[in-house]
Amino acid sequence: MEKRVTFSRSTIGILFAVPQLLLIFTFFYWPAGQAVYWSLTLQQPWGGGNIWVGLDNFRSILSNADYWHSISASLVFAAISTGLAMVIALVLAALTDRQLAGSRLYRVVLIWPYGIAAPALAMAFRFILAPEAGFMAVVNRFWPGLWDPGLDGVAAMASIIVAFSWKYVGYNFIFFLAAFQAIPRSLIEAAAMDGAGVVRRFRDIQFPLITPTIFFLLVINITESFQDSFGIVDIMTAGGPANATNLMVYKIYSDGFKGFDYSGAAAQSIILMLLIIVLTIFQFRFIERRVHYR
Amino acid sequence: MVERTPILNLFTHLILFLGFVFCIAPFAIVVIAASHSLKEVNDVPMSLLPGSDFWVNLQTAWTTADLGPKLFNSFVMAAGVAAGKVIVSALTAFSIVYFRYRGRTLIFWLIFVTLMLPLEVRIVPTYAVVANVLSPYQAILDVTGLSWLIEKISGVEVSLNLGLLNSYTGLIMPLVATATGTFLYRQFFLTVPDELTEAARMDGAGALRFFVDILLPLSRTNMAALGTIMFLWAWNQYLWPLLITTDASHATAVTELKQLIPNVGGMPEWHIAMAGTLIVMLPPLIVVVAMQRWFVRGLIATEK
Repeated sequence: MEKRVTFSRSTIGILFAVPQLLLIFTFFYWPAGQAVYWSLTLQQPWGGGNIWVGLDNFRSILSNADYWHSISASLVFAAISTGLAMVIALVLAALTDRQLAGSRLYRVVLIWPYGIAAPALAMAFRFILAPEAGFMAVVNRFWPGLWDPGLDGVAAMASIIVAFSWKYVGYNFIFFLAAFQAIPRSLIEAAAMDGAGVVRRFRDIQFPLITPTIFFLLVINITESFQDSFGIVDIMTAGGPANATNLMVYKIYSDGFKGFDYSGAAAQSIILMLLIIVLTIFQFRFIERRVHYR
Repeated sequence: MVERTPILNLFTHLILFLGFVFCIAPFAIVVIAASHSLKEVNDVPMSLLPGSDFWVNLQTAWTTADLGPKLFNSFVMAAGVAAGKVIVSALTAFSIVYFRYRGRTLIFWLIFVTLMLPLEVRIVPTYAVVANVLSPYQAILDVTGLSWLIEKISGVEVSLNLGLLNSYTGLIMPLVATATGTFLYRQFFLTVPDELTEAARMDGAGALRFFVDILLPLSRTNMAALGTIMFLWAWNQYLWPLLITTDASHATAVTELKQLIPNVGGMPEWHIAMAGTLIVMLPPLIVVVAMQRWFVRGLIATEK
């Protein structure tokens, strides 16, 4: 992991790192520290600085039913959309890897969704899933009132899950396909010679060899479901109806910038940060085993 | 493939075709809906044959959401973030790979930690910093008593103030302040043979010369991959531009989409909304299609 040959003028060396260090200090470490400070203080309504309140902000949000509702909504969203996006992508990648005729076309097209901005695809799905026009309207014509994301929390949650999963199928597909293609062809052929069928080869050779990728994508999908969902929620449901889709990042945004409750929003940010840090550490413990430098 | 499996092949084709349809349908529906008139788009079920109002709708969406300047803003932001990342990360990776100085490991970890916390979870304080980007330094001067000292000596009260709300710098800089690219370069630099460095040094090249004339040209593929990924990532940003562009003159195309959500009263103007969506999703789609190779390579390399 270390270079044998290096340059000796270490002052110049440090200078090279200065731009990045200034950037991360100003836009990363300072704000992160500020978030901790705000979460432990309460801003006076008409100026006069912050007063120290200890853990009161955390106590008040943790005793707030809305916040727990937001956490459970985020977890439901994360679990279902991650599951959907990963299973669909895994099946599509495994089948594309069989390299039948046309697989090159699929390889190109199936990654398009990931290039689209979350709000733009949210807009498209808002139309596709709109109760009065588009495609779900047909369903409503046969069963009036069956589908209305504007009033029914479950339907609203289903809508944002569909939109998010659609985008991340493309993302997961890229990684799964790369993982499948990294498996040496000779291994598959040897197994086939020994009489292992397609399903058997998948279960005993391909699947075990791509488990690091599965694990990595699991963590990435969950963290992205916390962040990238903001645009989808904002365009499709704005957190409604009745907070059914008020996911954690959306709640931070609306409490902080619409409700001007900086301290509450900061405390929520800290909790979300801890959650993501735990996930990331978890990930690196496993990923590091897989990356080799030479 | 290795053996003949006609039934499985049929199944494979079927599933892949379904996946293809599932993938392409939203694009197709957006294009078709954008070509209908107000009445046609609200028909149940909507006709899947394209209508005739495509260009008119595009023009209406373009003027309603004022997309010309917004697309320009998006472009400046995305290009700025991509360029910033490509340059700043290369410099940092060079520093932590090719030099031995005290605190190098500390710098490595300081940068590494930024991978963990995306901008979305620390938006509130980052917004406050961007509102006055010198506030961290002001606070440091205040706490250390330096501003009191300066005021006593020179009689000038120290109040540093530089607001970056509604500016390109404010849009771009916080998005550059993460570690993504640094580790891509680091991994690549570690694979560059030591003999190359030795040869360069023997020929009398200093650190700067080696970096500019040897290392950077070798990193061209990495730069293309990183640039593509960062361009797309920045173009698709939503929350950050939404917060810091309180003035419409600096809003980006993606944030302006919100203006096109149809009102509840009356017939919803979905044809205009879809035309706008099409305009906004087209540039990143073109980048993905044209730069596919770099896009895939960059994704896989940066995320590792």
